[in-house]
Amino acid sequence: MGDHGRFKGCIGVSQSLIQWFRYASPQSFYPLAGRMIPWFWAAAAVFGVAGLWISFFVAPTDAQQGEGYRIIFVHVPASWMSMFIYLVMAFWAALGLALNTRVSGMMAQALAPTGALMAALSLWTGAFWGKPMWGAWWVWDARLTSELILFFLYLGFMALQAAIDDPRRADKAGAILALVGVVNIPIIYFSVKWWNTLHQGSTINLTKAPSMAQTMLWGMLLMALAFWMYSIAVALTRVRAIILERERHTEWVKHALE
Amino acid sequence: MKALLATVRRDILLALRRKSEVLTAVFFFVIVTSLFPLGIGPEPVLLKKIAPGILWVAALLSTLLGLPRLFAADHLDGTLEQMALSPSPLGLLVAGKIVAHWLLCGLPLVLLAPVLGLQFDLDASALGILTLALLLGTPLLSLIGAIGAALTLGVRGGGVLLALLVLPLYIPALIFGAGAVEAHIAGLDVGGHLSLLAAMLALAAFFAPWATTAALRVALE
Repeated sequence: MGDHGRFKGCIGVSQSLIQWFRYASPQSFYPLAGRMIPWFWAAAAVFGVAGLWISFFVAPTDAQQGEGYRIIFVHVPASWMSMFIYLVMAFWAALGLALNTRVSGMMAQALAPTGALMAALSLWTGAFWGKPMWGAWWVWDARLTSELILFFLYLGFMALQAAIDDPRRADKAGAILALVGVVNIPIIYFSVKWWNTLHQGSTINLTKAPSMAQTMLWGMLLMALAFWMYSIAVALTRVRAIILERERHTEWVKHALE
Repeated sequence: MKALLATVRRDILLALRRKSEVLTAVFFFVIVTSLFPLGIGPEPVLLKKIAPGILWVAALLSTLLGLPRLFAADHLDGTLEQMALSPSPLGLLVAGKIVAHWLLCGLPLVLLAPVLGLQFDLDASALGILTLALLLGTPLLSLIGAIGAALTLGVRGGGVLLALLVLPLYIPALIFGAGAVEAHIAGLDVGGHLSLLAAMLALAAFFAPWATTAALRVALE
C-alpha cells in the first residue's frame, strides 16, 4: 500500500499511470491475479487441445523422421518458453530493483520454477528426440549446451532465493543475479557456439532442418501459445501463494482467506 | 585511487599474516592437476591434448575456493559496514579487494601453470600462451566470483551455493582460455581467443565491481 501512496504524490503522472501502479501493491494485485487465472487456464486448454489435435492428427508424417518428429511440438515451445521466461524474470527483477515494488520481486520468484521446468522439459524431450534421430541421448551441440547452462542459471537463482530468509533481501539478491545472468546469456551462447564449431565441426546442425509443412508450423505455434498461457496461469497462481505467505501478518490476508 | 591501493595493501597484509589460507588454494590447484593423469593414465599424447582443459578447470575450482574469504571476515567483524560508511566510494574499495584477491589467488596460479604444464608435455610456446591466457582469464574469474561472493554473504550453505551461482558464469572464460592453448597446439591463430578474453575482462572490470557493490549493499541492509 505504501508503494502506491508514494506515486500518488507525483505531480505530472497521469491518472491512468497511477491506476496501473495500483497493482504494484500485493493487496490489490492478489484479487486481480485471481480474476485473471481462470482466463489463462482456459486459453491454455483451448490452444493446447487445438495444438495437440493438429500435431497428432493433422500434421503429416515427416518424410525423413517418421512419427518420432512429433516430439518437437512439445520440445520447441518448451525451449522457447525457457528462454523467454528468463527474460521476463529479469525484467521483473530489474523493475523491482529500480522502483522497489514488492510484487515485481514476487513475480520473478514465481516465474523461476516454471522457467526451470521448461528448460528441463526441453532437455528431456530433446534427449528423447535425439536418441532415434541422432542415435545419441546427448551430443555437445551448442544449443543443447547453452540450454543446459540456462537450466543451471535457473537453479542458481532458485537456490539463492531459497537460502536467504529475509524475503526483501532474497528479492534484491535474486534480482542482481538475474540481471548478471541476462548480460551473460548472449556471451555464454556465442562462446558455446564458437567452442562447438571449433571442436567438432558441425556434424549435426539443427538449423538446417528441412522446410516445415504449413500444418506443422501451425501446430507448433498453437502449442507455443498453450505453453505461454500455461506459464502465465501457473506463475500467477504461484505469485498469489507467495503474496499470502509474505503478507500473512496483515489484516487483509485474514479477510481474503475467509 | 589512494583508497583502492590502501585496500589492496591491507588485504594482502592480512593474508600474509595467515599464509596457510592462500597456500591451501595454491596446493589445491597443484593436487587437482596431478589427479587427472592418475585417473586417466600416463599416456603423453592424450595428456597433452587435455592439458589446457585440466589446468583451466583446476584454476576455476581453486579460484572458487578462495572466494568465500573475500568478504566473509570483514563482514563478521563489521569492517565491511565501516567501508560502506567511509567517505571513499564503496565500489572503489570493493575493486581494491578484488585486485587483492587476484594477487593472492589468481597470480600464483598464473605463475605455477607453466610448471604444471611441463608435467603434461606442453612445449615452450604453448606454455607461453597458457600463461598469457591465464593472465587475462584469472582476473576475470576474480571479478565474476566477487559478485557471487557478495550475493552469498552470510547466507546458509554459502560455499556450495557460491559454486552453483558462479561456475555457469565462468564457462565463457573456460572456453576461450583453454581454447587459446588448444588452438595454438593445433597450429591455429590464438589472437581471437585472447582478444575475446581481454574484451570480457574489460567488460567485467567495468560492471563487476558495480554489481558486487549493489549486492553488498543488499547484504548489509
